[in-house]
Amino acid sequence: MTTAVDEQVSKPRRAKKSEASLLFDAPGPRARARNNIIAVVGALILLGIIYLIYARLDQKNQFSGKLWHPYVESETWTKFVIPGLLATLYAAAIGSVAALIFGVVFGLGRLSDHRWVRIPAAAIVEFFRAIPLLILIFFVFSVPPTIATAFDREIPEITPFMAVVVGLTLYNGSVLAEVFRAGILSIPKGQSEAAFALGLRKNGVMRLVLVPQAVTAMMPTIVAQLVVLLKDSALGQIIAYSELLDKGFYQMKANYGNAIAAVLVTGAIYIAINISLGFLANRLERRSRRSRKSTATTMGGGIGAPPAVGMSTTSVRNIPPSISGDTGGI
Amino acid sequence: MDVLFDFSPVFDRIDDIALGFWATIRLSLMAGILSLILGTFLVAMRVAPVRIFRAAGTLYVNIFRNTPLTLILAFCALGLSDTLHIRLSNTTTVNNYWLAVFGLSAYTAAFICEALRAGINTVPLGQAEASRAIGLSFFQSLRLIILPQAFRSIIAPLGSIFIAMVKNTTVVIVASYIESAYMMRQLFEEEGATIPMFAAFAIGFMILTLPMGFFFGWLAKRLAVTR
Repeated sequence: MTTAVDEQVSKPRRAKKSEASLLFDAPGPRARARNNIIAVVGALILLGIIYLIYARLDQKNQFSGKLWHPYVESETWTKFVIPGLLATLYAAAIGSVAALIFGVVFGLGRLSDHRWVRIPAAAIVEFFRAIPLLILIFFVFSVPPTIATAFDREIPEITPFMAVVVGLTLYNGSVLAEVFRAGILSIPKGQSEAAFALGLRKNGVMRLVLVPQAVTAMMPTIVAQLVVLLKDSALGQIIAYSELLDKGFYQMKANYGNAIAAVLVTGAIYIAINISLGFLANRLERRSRRSRKSTATTMGGGIGAPPAVGMSTTSVRNIPPSISGDTGGI
Repeated sequence: MDVLFDFSPVFDRIDDIALGFWATIRLSLMAGILSLILGTFLVAMRVAPVRIFRAAGTLYVNIFRNTPLTLILAFCALGLSDTLHIRLSNTTTVNNYWLAVFGLSAYTAAFICEALRAGINTVPLGQAEASRAIGLSFFQSLRLIILPQAFRSIIAPLGSIFIAMVKNTTVVIVASYIESAYMMRQLFEEEGATIPMFAAFAIGFMILTLPMGFFFGWLAKRLAVTR
């Protein structure tokens, strides 16, 4: 059973270039000639768009060496880009660890047999998933001083860093809680039944059987959510946490007036980090698919980002895994 | 203690709160429409039989999906508007609105493109082969066989993307257009009643996102393709 399913999964779905694909039959001589013409026209259109962008940039003198020169000086990198990058990675790293812990605790909490654990956990997870991260960060940043004033106490020091990390933890932790829950629910019932039959208690079934399999199955989704967390750390700029967006874009523009150069460099750094994390997710996915020891065959719909708030998990059960996995992480 | 949970500032400033949410709705509607159009266009490029279109589509998706929305919107305000002097309207607020909408749409379209592509990939190859075998033309098989099945399987992911987009409109704060997050920060400063204000804005966002979630969930369940 397991082998059959695995073989089906590992069979390449996309056909090779010259073969028929879902949308197009294998092209014959006429279709190939037509495709070549379309390719040339398309290339010309794309070149035209590139030229329009170039012309606009050139018209505003964006290619003058003055604007790009800062990037060959070491001071730019040591003063702006690298400290910003480190601040981003620091916030993302702390946020990731905290969000993973939050996710495990509340994900398992939602699966608890006790109603007094299950319902509060569900309420917290759904609340933080339903509101925008930015207003959550604003709230975390502004509420302690208000409380301190109300109780007439010393105002505790809330740094922008703390507000960003707490916000990232609550929001992404809630999403991860749903990911863990979906992962555990997607494991076939036989696994937990067998574990109970062996005489394990609830704790043992969870810890030794369900959680390891769920985590392996959901690994790509978890990594995708960590990419979201890293991207969201850029929101810190709004409450003056000096990270990559702030140092690499805002401060560079303020100092050298080179918005275009700064956005290209800053964007390239973000894209490089996120694409390498994406590769990591792909590798993990391929590895978990290969090793049968650690992963249960999940019943579809298990892998992938959880549906947004309000959509019940059961409603999306029959959606193939490839769908939600690809779109996860907006 | 009473000061913390005094809700009267919320009712005093309910007009401003409504103004913020009205801006959020305006942004969401326009960005939703534009990103759907751009996303469809992108997916057409990504599944095209011509390699250069596929490469261009993939490049676009990878760039926009991996860049923080904050950076895109900050660039719309500081790069497109201030540096390149791209004016979409002579009124500053209208100009900021359109720049924000374009930033949001450019970002969301990358996700919509991926959802649509995944939807097309879920249609079994046999369906397309059978439709070609019975003599349907390219557009006929697309219209009658492939797209109906593809569309029905992506309702839930599309719903998640639109809900995320509504929440993402708060990031428009960096493009200096007044919407709910901007309004909340301002009311925090002016009124100081952080807990009631936050509660009001959180409830406002739930009123926007929860019904959307129920609707898309219901629709996805109703239209699910049984295979």
